[in-house]
Amino acid sequence: MFEILGVPSQALFGQLLLGLINGSFYALLSLGLAVIFGMLNIINFTHGAQYMMGAFVAFMLLQYLGINYWAALVIVPIIVGALGAVIERLFLKPIQRLDHLYGLILTFGLALIIEGLFRNYYGSTGQPYAIPDELQGGHNLGFMFLPNYRAWVIVFSLVICFATWFAIERTRLGSYLRAATENPTLVRAFGINVPRMVTLTYGFGVGLAALAGVMAAPIYNVSPQMGSDIIIVVFAVVVIGGMGSIMGAILTGFALGIVEGLTKVFFPEASNTVIFAIMIVVLLVRPAGLFGRSA
Amino acid sequence: MKFAASLAFAAAALMTTAAQAQVKVKIGVLTDMSSLYADDTGPGSVAAAKLAIADFNPEAHGMSVDLVVADHQNKPDIGSNIARQWFDVDGVDAIVDVPNSGVALAVSEVTREKNKVFLVSGAAIADLTGPKCSPNTIHWTYDTWMLAHSTAGALVKTGGDTWFFLTSDYAFGHALERDATAVVLASGGKVLGSVAHPLNNQDFSSFLLQAQQSKAKIIGLANAGGDTINSIKQGAEFGITAGGQHFAALLFYIADVNAVGLKLAQGLVLTETFYWDMNDATRAWTKRWQAERPGKFPNMNQAGVYSATLHYLKAVAALKSAADGKAVVNQMKAMPTDDPLFGKGSVRVDGRKIHPAYLFEVKSPEESKSPGDDYKLRATIPADEAFRPLKDGNCPLVASN
Amino acid sequence: MAIMTAAPAQWLRREADTSIIVAATIMVVFLIVAPFVLYPVFLEKALCFALFACAFNLLIGYVGLVSFGHALYFGWAGYLSAYAAKSWGLDPEFAVLTGTVTAAVLGVIAGGVAIRRQGIYFAMITLALAQMMYLVALRAKFTGGEDGIQAVPRGHLFGIFDLRNEMTMYAFVVVVVLAAFFLIYRIINSPFGEVLKAIRENELRAISLGYRTDRYKLVAFALSATLAGLAGAVKALVFQLASLTDVHWTMSGEVVLMTLVGGLGTIFGPIVGAFLIVALENYLAPLGQWVLVIQGAIFVACVLAFRRGIVGELASRLRVKL
Repeated sequence: MFEILGVPSQALFGQLLLGLINGSFYALLSLGLAVIFGMLNIINFTHGAQYMMGAFVAFMLLQYLGINYWAALVIVPIIVGALGAVIERLFLKPIQRLDHLYGLILTFGLALIIEGLFRNYYGSTGQPYAIPDELQGGHNLGFMFLPNYRAWVIVFSLVICFATWFAIERTRLGSYLRAATENPTLVRAFGINVPRMVTLTYGFGVGLAALAGVMAAPIYNVSPQMGSDIIIVVFAVVVIGGMGSIMGAILTGFALGIVEGLTKVFFPEASNTVIFAIMIVVLLVRPAGLFGRSA
Repeated sequence: MKFAASLAFAAAALMTTAAQAQVKVKIGVLTDMSSLYADDTGPGSVAAAKLAIADFNPEAHGMSVDLVVADHQNKPDIGSNIARQWFDVDGVDAIVDVPNSGVALAVSEVTREKNKVFLVSGAAIADLTGPKCSPNTIHWTYDTWMLAHSTAGALVKTGGDTWFFLTSDYAFGHALERDATAVVLASGGKVLGSVAHPLNNQDFSSFLLQAQQSKAKIIGLANAGGDTINSIKQGAEFGITAGGQHFAALLFYIADVNAVGLKLAQGLVLTETFYWDMNDATRAWTKRWQAERPGKFPNMNQAGVYSATLHYLKAVAALKSAADGKAVVNQMKAMPTDDPLFGKGSVRVDGRKIHPAYLFEVKSPEESKSPGDDYKLRATIPADEAFRPLKDGNCPLVASN
Repeated sequence: MAIMTAAPAQWLRREADTSIIVAATIMVVFLIVAPFVLYPVFLEKALCFALFACAFNLLIGYVGLVSFGHALYFGWAGYLSAYAAKSWGLDPEFAVLTGTVTAAVLGVIAGGVAIRRQGIYFAMITLALAQMMYLVALRAKFTGGEDGIQAVPRGHLFGIFDLRNEMTMYAFVVVVVLAAFFLIYRIINSPFGEVLKAIRENELRAISLGYRTDRYKLVAFALSATLAGLAGAVKALVFQLASLTDVHWTMSGEVVLMTLVGGLGTIFGPIVGAFLIVALENYLAPLGQWVLVIQGAIFVACVLAFRRGIVGELASRLRVKL
C-alpha cells in the first residue's frame, strides 16, 4: 500500500474510519446537548448518564424481556425521553430563573445519582450486548476490515442528525421551538403552551442521547461509567461547534472524530488532548463557537 | 495516637493478669468487588477466605478470627487508605488478595510501615518478590514472570516468533509485557511493537487495528479480566483470527473463558496454578465454594486466598500471636505449606510461594461435557522451574552469596 | 454573574468580627482536642480538603468566578510535592513548597487564558484545561499513570521533626492549614478583597470606576490556585501517595460540592462542608456506590432548596457574619 507522510495508507484510512464512527457518537450526543441548550438554555450535565441509561435499558430489555435491538431503537428513546421529561418538570423548572451554572450543578448531581444507582446494581465493568444478527460480520475493504455494525452506526447517525436538523430548522414545529427560545412571552401570547414545549424538547434531547446509547451498546459495552467518560468530550464538541447551533454540533462532532483519528496516526500521544486544545483556542478566538450565534 | 496507644497498653497489661485470653486475629480481604476483576477475585475470594477460616477451626486453637471485606475499586489511593485505616484503627492483622498490581504495590508499602502481613493472591507483578520485596509480604498464587515463561514460552516454541503487545497501561500490564518480551527475545523471536490501553477500557478497535497492521503472528494480551474479554471479542469482530493472527491470553481465568464463550476462546493457551477439575480434592473444595457462588467456578486467585489464609492462621497459631507481622511471615517461610488445593509447597526467603504451574488449552464447545469443563492439561511445570530463580530477582532480602 | 451568597446586612458590620472570632476559637479548640478522639489521618485529610474548598471559595464566593477545573492545581501540586520528596529527596517543607509553586505557575498560566471570558465560557475553559492536564498526567512517566507516585517519604520537617509520627504530622498539617485560612481571611478583608467583591457585584461599574478588573481577577485566580496547590501538596505527604484521582474532573466536582454544602461566600462554610463530605465518604464507605448517589442527592437538594449552605443558613438565621 502507498504511504502518506510516512504513514502507511492502511493505518491512515483505518483510523479515519474509526474516527468517523466515534464522530457519529459525538455528533448524536452533541446534537441532543445543543438542542437542549439552544432551545432551553440549560446545560445538561446529565446527558452522559442519560446516554448510559439508554444503553442499560436496551440491555435490560434484551436480558429480562427478550426485546431485541431493533425494537429497542424505538422503545428506549421513548422510555428514557419520558424520564427526561419528568426530570425537567421536577428539577429543572423550579430553577429556570437562576443562573445557568446552578443548572449545571444540579444536572451534575443528577448524573451522579444515576451513575451511582447503576454502579450499585451492575458493578463498574461492562455488560455484554450482542451485535444483532443481521449486522454481524463485515467486509474486507483492502485497507481494513470494516465490521457491518460499525458501518451501520455511521449511516444511521447521519440519517438521525439530518432528520433532527430538518425538523428544527425547516418544519413549523421547529420554528415554534426556535421562536419560543427567542421570546417566550410573545409565543405564549399566540396560544402556544411554552412550558410544555420546553418539557417535550428536553425529553427529545434526552431521547437522542438514549438512542446513541442503544447504538453504542453492542460496540462499547454497557457500563455505568460510559456516560461520564464521554460527556466531557461531548461538551467540548458542543462548545467548539457553538452552543446553540444544531448544524454546528453535527458537523463538529463528525469533524472532531476524524481529527482524533488523524491525531492517533500522526501524533498518538496527543490524541486525547487535541479536542480540548481546539476547544480552548475556539473559546479564546470565537467564544460563540464555529457556527454559533454571538454570545 | 501515642495517648491511645498507651491506653491500649495499660488495658492489655490488665488483661494478661486475667485468665488466659483467646488469641484474636483479624483478616481483611481487600479486593475488587465491582469492577473488571470482580469475577476473577471479588466475592469469590471472600468465599475462599471464609472456607479457610472454617477449615482452620479457630476454637480448636484457642483463637478467634474476624473477617472484614472492602472494595479498592482498582485505585491505589483508595486501596492504601483502606489498608492504613484497617491497620491503624480497625485492628486488622493481615490483608489478603488485592488484585491490581498498582494497588498491591501501595498496600505492600503501608503493610511494611505498620509491620503487619500482606498475602498477595490476585496481583501479578513479579516485582513484589523482586526489587519491591518486603519482609511483610508474601506473593502467593502466581506472577508475571511465571505467566510469561509458561504461556509465552509455549507459544514461541510452537512457531509464534513475531509478537505485538496490547498492554494494560499500569504496573501489571507493563510488567507482564516486560517479562513476556524477555522470553520472546531469548527464544530468538521478535517484538514488532506494542500499544498501551487504559485500564477497564471498553473499545479496543483502534488498538486492534494497530495490532492487525503490525502483521505479527501473535498478539500478546498483556491485560486481564474484562479487558482481555473485550480484546478477544472485539478481535473476532474485526476478523483478527480470520486474518491468520492469534491471540496470546497471557492472563486468562475460567470466568473470562465463560464470558468470551468457548466458540471464540477454544484453542487459547493459558497458565493457571489451580484448576477446579484437577483431582478429587479440588473438586470437593469447589463444591463447598459453590455454595456461596452458585453457577461459578473458582480460579487460582481464589484458591490462593484460601491457601494463604490457612497457612497464615497456622503460623499465628504456632506463634500464639498475630501482632508482629515480620515474625509471622518468617514463621510462614519456615513452615512447609500443605493444603488440598496446591498440595505441598513452601515459601521462599524473598516471599515467593512455590508450587507447580499448569499449561492449559481451552476446549472446543464439542469437547466440553458440562459447564466449567473448559480446560485440558497440556503441560505441568514443576515448582522449582515455574518461578524466577532466587538469584535473578534483585530482592534485598536475599543475602548475596 | 449572580451566584447567591450570604451577604450580611450593612448595619451588622460592627458585630461581624465577634462572630468570626467565636467561630474561629471553636474551630481551633476542636482541632486541638480532636486527634485524641478521632483518627488523626482522617482529620488531616479533612483539613487538606477544607483548605482546598476555601481556596475554591475565594474564587467563586468572593470574585464570582466558577472554576470547574480546580483539581488541576490540587492534583498537580500533589504530584510535584510527591516527586520532590521521593525522587529529589527534599525535606517535607521544600516538597510542599515545590508543589505550591507548581500550582501557582499553573494558576497564572491557566488564569491568563481563562480570565478573558466570562460566566459559562470561563467555566468551560477551566474544565477543558483541567481535562487536558488530567490526560497529560495519565500519559506522563513521572506521575506513574494509574499507579500514581507511591511510597512518598514523609521525611523530617526542617531536618528535625519526624513526620512519620502521626501526631507530629497532624501538628504540621494544622499549622499550615490554619495559617492559610488566616491568609485567606486577610485577603478577603483587605482593600484588595473589597475590589474583588465589587467585581462580583457589578464588574462594569468597577471598570468604570477605573479598576483594572482583569488584573484583579488574575491575581485572585492565581492565589486561589496556589492555595489549592498547598492543600494538594500537603495531602500527598499525608497519604504518601499522589494519584490520578486528585486530577480527575470528579475531584473538581467534589470541591464544588463541599463549598456549596458549606456555604458559598462564607468564611467557615467550605471548612464545614469539607469536613462533612470527607466524613460522609469515610463512614459511608461500606455502602459502596451509594456514596455517589448520596453526593448527587446533596447537590440536587442544595441547588433546589438549600443554596446558602449550612453555614450560610446559620449565618442568616443568627444574623451574623460567618
